[in-house]
Amino acid sequence: MSNSQNILVKLKDAGFCINDKWLVKGVSLQVEKGKIVTLIGPNGSGKSTTAKIALGIYKKIEGEVEKYTNKVGYVPQKISIDWTLPLRVNDFMVLTENLNKETIDEALSLTGVIHLKDKNLGDLSGGEFQRVLLARAISKKPDLLVLDEPVQGVDFTGEIALYELIKKISDELNCGILLISHDLHTVMSATDHVVCLNGHVCCSGSPLDVAKNNEYKALFGEQASQILSRYEHKHDHIHTDEGEIKKS
Amino acid sequence: MFDDFFIRALIAGIGVAFVTGPLGCFVIWRRLSYFGDTLAHSALLGVTLAFTMEFNIALSVFIISSLIALTLIQLQKRTNLPGDALLGLLAHSSLAVGLVVVGFLTVIRFDIMGLLFGDILAVTVDDLLIIWIGGALILLILKLIWKPLFASTVNYELAEAEGLNPDRAKAIFTILIAAIIAISIKMVGLLLITGMLIIPAAMARNISSSPQKMVIYSIIGGLLSVILGLFSSLEFNTSSGPSIITAALILFILSLFKIKQSIKLKN
Repeated sequence: MSNSQNILVKLKDAGFCINDKWLVKGVSLQVEKGKIVTLIGPNGSGKSTTAKIALGIYKKIEGEVEKYTNKVGYVPQKISIDWTLPLRVNDFMVLTENLNKETIDEALSLTGVIHLKDKNLGDLSGGEFQRVLLARAISKKPDLLVLDEPVQGVDFTGEIALYELIKKISDELNCGILLISHDLHTVMSATDHVVCLNGHVCCSGSPLDVAKNNEYKALFGEQASQILSRYEHKHDHIHTDEGEIKKS
Repeated sequence: MFDDFFIRALIAGIGVAFVTGPLGCFVIWRRLSYFGDTLAHSALLGVTLAFTMEFNIALSVFIISSLIALTLIQLQKRTNLPGDALLGLLAHSSLAVGLVVVGFLTVIRFDIMGLLFGDILAVTVDDLLIIWIGGALILLILKLIWKPLFASTVNYELAEAEGLNPDRAKAIFTILIAAIIAISIKMVGLLLITGMLIIPAAMARNISSSPQKMVIYSIIGGLLSVILGLFSSLEFNTSSGPSIITAALILFILSLFKIKQSIKLKN
């Protein structure tokens, strides 16, 4: 599929079990520089869990995770911030790394929230906060971006703009992106590799391959399959029936 | 000038306030008030052991408090009991064991009231050295772990995902709390140390818009409380700890007026 130097994170048959219940099991995937890998699947299918395994948040896992970079930007699906902390957007931007003013301003401008810089984090709306989260994750120019439903609560035009931004960042920074999204339309046009989860990997491959897969159709319905297949684009590899990947 | 007990107490108190300011902010942010109390209760055991074995009090308190803190972390991992139940268990059992050990001492060679509420007469030049050197070390270590500790206070998963090692920062912070309790026990007394940690920080929260400001106001609040408290302790012949904490409470009440104004402005 690619040479191994480009791999940022690799999961081998990874799984996570809590209180005797498997949240996800047997996931193998890899994210490479400049590529966008998207996780799709119904609620409770283990998408966020898979992202957290890849990030190293969950420690006691089955299988293996190999992470080749420490420059990681993360937008979690849910974030609970305790308002006992007086925290402005500006303070939040430098949470995990010290950045200069220009870098902070640039990232906030890209996601369209520069005007909120001195606002208290608790006073933001859901969509505004989501944009700040994304700005923070991209501002440190990470090698690996993990975006767990990054545009939830963002208005319709903003949603399209942010997905375009994500695609642009992947190209410009040459960073790898692990994306979780429910929006098949917008995401598929930019995705290089789709992994369809339902407690395990039910199918994976290019958007087109996944759309044709019967398990995918069973999970999402015929209509979703049609949405996905519209975004056909070229790939330099094929997937064999055994799940092997070969150069075409 | 160190001959005057009052000057010694003042210098000791100022040293303590510089350290409790920033630590207290984290105690509030991380919701650890009751945790501070637990460690302070266990300090009695540390003190009595120091007397039975003729050992340095601050060091003994530090060791016992650290052990209790690490025990708590282990119990949290291994049992299904809620955090507050575990804290209560450790606080009261260490207090009880401490009192049992006191019972074994044939002659009580220390002033229990002073231990519980602080005694400015008891501050020696050695104590000053412990407070200022220990305090400087605590602040230095806090500065080193500030980034991961603060990030994980805001959100644990973000800090973990972005490679900041929050678990290590948390363990070190726990030890720092044990250390501040050990060095400030003579000034404030073990029943009131948590008050010294949280009341100035709570006051600071009311009037701050950023974490840095909160830390600075918390230090200023602590310093004012110590100075006002000690002078009134001298004036009215009251115990130093309660006097300092009462001064801190007055500052907290004053800060409430500041919040009310800003809420009014918002509406």
